Amino acid sequence: MKDFVYECPATIEDAVAAMRAVGARALAGGTDLIPQLREGRRDADRIVDLKRIPELTAISALSEGGIVLGAAANATAVARHPVVAASYPAVAQSARLIGSLQIQNRASLGGNICNAAPSADAVPALICHQARARIAGPAGRREEALEALFRGPGKTSLAPGELLVAIVLPPVAPRTAAKYLRFTPRREMDIAVAGSSAWLRLDADGAVVEARIVLASVGPTPIRAPSAEQRLRGERPTRGLLDEAGRLAAGDAQPISDTRGSADYRRSLVAVLTARALADCCRALNVEIAAP
Amino acid sequence: MKMLITCTVNGETHAVLADSRDTLLELLRERIGLTGTKEGCGNGNCGTCTVLVDGAPVNACLMLALEAPGHDIQTIEGLSGGGVLHPIQQALVEHGGTQCGFCTPGIVLSAKALLDDNPNPTPQDIRHAIAGNICRCTGYDKIVEAIAAAAIQARGP
Repeated sequence: MKDFVYECPATIEDAVAAMRAVGARALAGGTDLIPQLREGRRDADRIVDLKRIPELTAISALSEGGIVLGAAANATAVARHPVVAASYPAVAQSARLIGSLQIQNRASLGGNICNAAPSADAVPALICHQARARIAGPAGRREEALEALFRGPGKTSLAPGELLVAIVLPPVAPRTAAKYLRFTPRREMDIAVAGSSAWLRLDADGAVVEARIVLASVGPTPIRAPSAEQRLRGERPTRGLLDEAGRLAAGDAQPISDTRGSADYRRSLVAVLTARALADCCRALNVEIAAP
Repeated sequence: MKMLITCTVNGETHAVLADSRDTLLELLRERIGLTGTKEGCGNGNCGTCTVLVDGAPVNACLMLALEAPGHDIQTIEGLSGGGVLHPIQQALVEHGGTQCGFCTPGIVLSAKALLDDNPNPTPQDIRHAIAGNICRCTGYDKIVEAIAAAAIQARGP
């Protein structure tokens, strides 16, 4: 492994300055970066450890509702935070799917995002909640929808020298629920063959006001399922409707065939996972799913 | 890049010259000489190198040595004071929860973190807690029984 300089800046400004150096790489949990460096799949001249910057590891519930999750906060801290657990249970559950407990105790939310793997477990539920990404860079601070950050496998909109600082989740609206489900051959320590996160907002009569469905591992980035979302709008949840939304989501998916599963298999998984995630949302909202 | 760092392992302070490329595992085994922590896969899949950092299990192969200062690190050597086995270790002996022994230090530390956090775990909780520790000998049942027995013993009569 190539030798590198290690530094741990105390402020975002110092970290942004450190990231301007040639060959600088940000380190948060290190669960991907460290083996990549050791196995020669990546190299670095300078490692900028972000974990001593308070804003990067803080998880702060906002008084007006919503929560700010520091990009270097680890998956366990996210999952165990009382506000995340109570108000954003799909986010907490997703964080608990990443690797083992040992991995979750190190791996950061920001790392899961910035690696930009289409299979990233933490991402679909965050997008369902309309998460925004806070970014700092040489040109100052900016914010964008998390959904727009992903540009392809391993590719994000972050410009050279830019750092993901935090993820902001807006307040949870009444009569909403979210759920993320994935399929893995092994229950633990595995990568999703396909995943689906559903978010529903219902009106007082139990009809869908708005739906969001975000799919994992079936496209170059986490992707929305717009035809399924559209089909649900204005309808009362029935078994048949949820199954139909699942089939439409399967059509919205853009899977490839690889060692973990064929494209056809992934589409079938999307149909099942989406229908189940939608049903789980209805159950969380105490809405009965009519039979037909 | 070499750096002199100060770290706390099993309650003792060590001043060590570490290379920026050293993992915490290399720091423990090669610079401090604590070889109870084992290297299996070296990439975070097997859990053999599990140590406790501020009480939480982590893979020592996935942490840089230079990240250690300021944290309380506990290895298997810190558990058996004066040659007396920790109750989790004793339970593994009594229930046949160890065979070749290579995964055992990591299993013990994962179990300790579980019981510190949840004194009354279900068998499912125990299996979840050691899901990141691969054992190729026992088939896990005896490990789960041993941890359950250690939990009952720790809760007392």
